[in-house]
Amino acid sequence: MSIIKTGTSRRTVLKGGAVFAGTALAAPHLFVRRASAADYLNAPTGSTVTLGFNVPQTGPYADEGADELRAYQLAVEHLNGDGDGGMLNTMKPTALKGNGVLGKKVEFVTGDTQTKSDAARASAKRMIEKDGAVMITGGSSSGVAIAVQSLCQEAGVIFMAGLTHSNDTTGKDKRANGFRHFFNAYMSGAALAPVLEKAYGADRRAYHLTADYTWGWTQEESIKNSTENIGWETVETVRTPLGAGDFSQYITPVLNSGADVLILNHYGKDMVNSLTQAVQFGLKDKQANGKNFEIVVPLYSELMAQGAGEAVKGIFGSANWDWKLKNPGTEAFVKSFGQKYGQPPSQAAQTCYVQTLLYADACERAGTFNPCAVISELEGFEFDGLGNGPTLYRAADHQCFKKVLVVKGNENPTNQYDLLEIVEEVPVEQVMYDPSIFGGELGSCNPGV
Amino acid sequence: MDQILLQILNGLDKGGAYALIALGLTLIFGTLGVVNFAHGALFMLGAFCAVGLYQLLTLEMVSIDPNNMTPWGTPAEIRQPYIEAWFGEAGSTMLNFAVPLSILVAIPIMLVIGIVMERGLVKHFYRRPHAEQILVTFGLAIVLQEIIKVWFGANPIPIPAPEAVSGSADIGSWFGFAENAISYPWWRLVYLLFSVAVICAVFAFLQFTTFGMVVRAGMADRETVGLLGIDIDKRFTIMFGIAAVVAGLAGVMYTPILPPDYHMGMDFLVLSFVVVVVGGMGSLTGAVAAGFLLGILQSFASMTEIKSIFPGIDQIIIYLVAVAILLVRPRGLMGRKGVMEG
Repeated sequence: MSIIKTGTSRRTVLKGGAVFAGTALAAPHLFVRRASAADYLNAPTGSTVTLGFNVPQTGPYADEGADELRAYQLAVEHLNGDGDGGMLNTMKPTALKGNGVLGKKVEFVTGDTQTKSDAARASAKRMIEKDGAVMITGGSSSGVAIAVQSLCQEAGVIFMAGLTHSNDTTGKDKRANGFRHFFNAYMSGAALAPVLEKAYGADRRAYHLTADYTWGWTQEESIKNSTENIGWETVETVRTPLGAGDFSQYITPVLNSGADVLILNHYGKDMVNSLTQAVQFGLKDKQANGKNFEIVVPLYSELMAQGAGEAVKGIFGSANWDWKLKNPGTEAFVKSFGQKYGQPPSQAAQTCYVQTLLYADACERAGTFNPCAVISELEGFEFDGLGNGPTLYRAADHQCFKKVLVVKGNENPTNQYDLLEIVEEVPVEQVMYDPSIFGGELGSCNPGV
Repeated sequence: MDQILLQILNGLDKGGAYALIALGLTLIFGTLGVVNFAHGALFMLGAFCAVGLYQLLTLEMVSIDPNNMTPWGTPAEIRQPYIEAWFGEAGSTMLNFAVPLSILVAIPIMLVIGIVMERGLVKHFYRRPHAEQILVTFGLAIVLQEIIKVWFGANPIPIPAPEAVSGSADIGSWFGFAENAISYPWWRLVYLLFSVAVICAVFAFLQFTTFGMVVRAGMADRETVGLLGIDIDKRFTIMFGIAAVVAGLAGVMYTPILPPDYHMGMDFLVLSFVVVVVGGMGSLTGAVAAGFLLGILQSFASMTEIKSIFPGIDQIIIYLVAVAILLVRPRGLMGRKGVMEG
């Protein structure tokens, strides 16, 4: 009773009301002031800047995802001036000083895309909204990359695509806020077809098994077009579900299809399983149409070669980069990565590392993290020393152009990592194309506010 | 002709896996009347018995080789499994035969898991509606899956078959075809034979042992057998354990065909239920026959000639057949009257 009757009650109520009213009046002003302080989303206000690494930590591309994450961590270390600096020492030109980006220490958050578009969008959204990531990067699936790229465009942050090989990423689904360093299916076909013609002749009949999503479709189309251009006939194109696991029911029909080449438009674990099972079913030892039956893997990686083991020997494919390339950038990166993790980096690791450096360098040159300014710096940027030789980030579609590697499963590896042999470094002119052939519109940059 | 032979083999091989899982499901349903949605998880647990043993056998001792430098300038590591370092040739042989050895490990583990599962959870739902049984066993399957995911990670873990059976067999020459005209992976043939052997063993156990006879009597009339003073509940619990072993062994032997991951049970579960329903709920022979039949149909549906007429038929053939059979014969191919009816 005495508590209720305290004499302060009226005064307290009045004081409380005044504070409440004051706060209520001031609050919108505070929010407006805070909003107007930055002209782009997630502008870093403290001494750090946060990047979001969105990679598959589970699912059929988890091996690539794990290696991408290693590369991102190494890139952050080098940007912050730790370690031996890696490709920061070889990149030309560069504005990076090894003291973070624009004087801010680089921090990162990670997400698991699970190789599913909805999960990838959810984790990217969380990193943008909750963690304040100013740039999202990663992926090992074009379906995921395209979904996250679209989210980043809507949200107003930059997306630096990791491993994505579909023509659509910088073709019909390209976005102003998205950039891709990795090569694409068109380039694979353009690089691979002449080598296949030299090795297997112009009179061949090909059977395609294709992962049933955007990457598989565009790769099938590109490889089909380029092999038909050298005279090959396409017998059949069969779609297989992503993560099918057992491919035996798709492989057995190949045997009497009249084909003498099997083209596997699969990647990651799917590729390991389909290639291993194709070899187990005796396709490599088979004769068809009076010729040796051949298998082609248009998109290769060292990680897949490790998984497939003996099955990859003598099989042709294409790659964005290989750790055995002889150039200062590659050597610097392989040294840093190998010493830190005890294994050579995969092409997925290299593209993710390079994307992080390219983004950081563009921010440094722009003097801001504002996506629109960063996009201006990246568009048309020409650089060297990052492992792939002279490279152009084409302004028209945000696609990088550089040499493409044609590789072959090594018949006589000298060590456990020497699984792919570089057959040819195809010059950029041979894989360049008109940006209008895939349609799509970049649109305009979105800074998020 | 060669293609037909290949598709039959391919179908029998898939059918073997379907039949083994469906057999276990039917054993549980026939004895205890429980619709066990955790049966796919038992298949997965069996596969992870093989993974566990393989990981144990491949634990490596690491030493540095100062005379051999890596491309990144550090001394190379020499890795050797302890088992090879300790037992030499015998250790290598054990490693090579990890999958067959896993059978010995999986049998007691799966038997215990089955019995604990029945006594600890399933028995409390005997008199409850099938919908509740499905919910609780499905929940258990998710729990088991997540435990495996936490313990072994989410990525598939490849387990090799013994070297002697890792290539492919030139089966064409066995039937008078040209050399290498038809080759089929050795391990898949082993799997087919193994599944037939396990199915025969289960049938023989039920047919020719006193224990099996009592169980069959209990399946026909539980109350009467109980009135004779036989502890039928105890025998049914053991049958649950045996069903778990059958599913587990199907999983162990499947590991060289498809690297196991935590989700593999769910992938098989749905198909196996379709197999059980097509075969007839409660019919052991129906489950086995439907398993092989649907496996072969699925395999033939993936032939180029069939798919050119009916695109995508390989993906839906099993469900189309299930719908057709249930429309014509609602209790399935060999289903007993009154089971899951009315």
